[in-house]
Amino acid sequence: MGMTITQKILAAHSDNPKVNSGDIISINIDVILGNDISAFLAIKELEKIGKPKIQAANKIILVLDHFTPNKDVTTAEQCRILREFAQEVGINYFFEGGRAGIEHALLPEEGLVVPGDLVIGGDSHTCTYGALGAFAMGVGSTDLAAAMVLGKTWLKVPETILIEYKGNLGEWVGGKDLILYTIGKIGTDGALGKTIEFRGPVIQSLDVENRLTMTNMAIEAGAVNGIIEPDNVTRDFLINRVRREAIYYKSDTDAIYESKLEINVSSISPQVALPFSPGNVASVKEVEGTKIDQVFIGSCTNGRIGDLRVAAKILKGRRAHSGIRLLISPATPKIYRQALEEGLLKIFSEAEAVILPPSCGVCFGGHLGILAKGEVCLSTTNRNFLARMGHPESKVYLASPAVAAASAIRGQITHPSSII
Amino acid sequence: MIFRGKVWRLGDNIDTDLIISGKYLSSTDPHFLAEHCFEALEKEWCKKISAGDILVAGKNFGCGSSREHAPLAIKGAGISCIIAESFGAIFFRNAINLGLPVIELAAATTRFKEGDIAEVSLVDGKIKNITQDKIYDFIPMPSIVLEILKAGGLLQFISKEK
Repeated sequence: MGMTITQKILAAHSDNPKVNSGDIISINIDVILGNDISAFLAIKELEKIGKPKIQAANKIILVLDHFTPNKDVTTAEQCRILREFAQEVGINYFFEGGRAGIEHALLPEEGLVVPGDLVIGGDSHTCTYGALGAFAMGVGSTDLAAAMVLGKTWLKVPETILIEYKGNLGEWVGGKDLILYTIGKIGTDGALGKTIEFRGPVIQSLDVENRLTMTNMAIEAGAVNGIIEPDNVTRDFLINRVRREAIYYKSDTDAIYESKLEINVSSISPQVALPFSPGNVASVKEVEGTKIDQVFIGSCTNGRIGDLRVAAKILKGRRAHSGIRLLISPATPKIYRQALEEGLLKIFSEAEAVILPPSCGVCFGGHLGILAKGEVCLSTTNRNFLARMGHPESKVYLASPAVAAASAIRGQITHPSSII
Repeated sequence: MIFRGKVWRLGDNIDTDLIISGKYLSSTDPHFLAEHCFEALEKEWCKKISAGDILVAGKNFGCGSSREHAPLAIKGAGISCIIAESFGAIFFRNAINLGLPVIELAAATTRFKEGDIAEVSLVDGKIKNITQDKIYDFIPMPSIVLEILKAGGLLQFISKEK
């Protein structure tokens, strides 16, 4: 019997030539990612046991992106401690300030993850890198700490759910709509402890950015990792970015899947996840007219240049509705610069948007753009849990940048085709 | 490795944002985190918890963010173990890594009422509902996991092994 791409990557990083779902294995890690929340707690945990030697310093990437730019004295101190840790341990990949940006947008941009890699990260959206044909899994701070010390971790080889996307994508439908539709269909525990392998002609037709949006939200269906077989689209994306050798794994035709699901995308229209679950999904048409107070375009899900281009296309020559606050955050400084050069920031500014620095702050309710009691936000992020972005009586709807931009103009949830 | 306490019930899909809000993640103090645990559900939730009490929840407990502050907050509140129908994969690992036992039990929410007294024996794989006089079995944890829990967490376990 053959293996899936996930099993192949895990086997290649273990002592076993072949692994089966359910095996508990020790794995060598290529990339260990931490941020100002998870790595700070990891360092605190390591201090408690006498600061053991960090053996995997060359694999560690630290990105200060959550409470940055520093929210207050406490978070500033935490960033200082991380900066000192990086120097002390000798971490080359330390990103902050105008060289940082949101980790899951930054690493692919910098070519720091390659197909065939094994990535663990102290952030649940580490699963994003599956779009590049890597195995990438989110962990907590203790697992992150142990990985930094040992360069290894353990896991139970997950079963894989294969989801095949066929048909033709409609206008204004992209990666965000497909993943929301999928989570709505299988539920927020639909892939609990499993892998989702996204496949089919529709996936092949998507650019890397749209693929990243899909794998980013695999965790929202409970998945350990989401993965897409790397192809020529991946190869083109990685040219001039990557300095390490990549391995382009593919699933064997006789690989064993836990289940298979086929989705015909032809009938899928722009989607929205309603409060308070990413699995509570409806089409935009069903909720059109819902009044909103704030629109946010950004995050590791939808803060890349393609997302900003879509938003700019709709916002060009128009203004955000007087009753709402439109916040736009390019996910990295490079994206910010590119948006500046392409004139997108001018369009946003003329649309009376607040242009925010790259940061995770808005999405997780850390800082920037916090919601008051009773307020409603339409956001291109990945989670709309109760109180996620502010007051327990605020609400968040999740959608694509196109729906977000259209809704900003009308001040209510709006289908992009009713604007242009 | 026997825990006995009052049961507090929760539903399905309890996410880690609900357990501890993002705005508190600049703290790593279990007592501070405990004070804000489940805050959006109930202010000062932790005040009603007595040391040793047990959480019983539905499916997908601890879904969402990988924040280890979530099990840290629950442990800081005095909860001795969590019984749920299923757990988010990252939360499950984090809880064990912090020395907080997590046990899967099918139909858990139908087997306990809020306020029941439960007793859990990790080694035997038995959960007793003392109030209702019923016993449920679960697959006992492997010895390595029991050792980690006994040590109080993964890092404490590693430093003891040295």
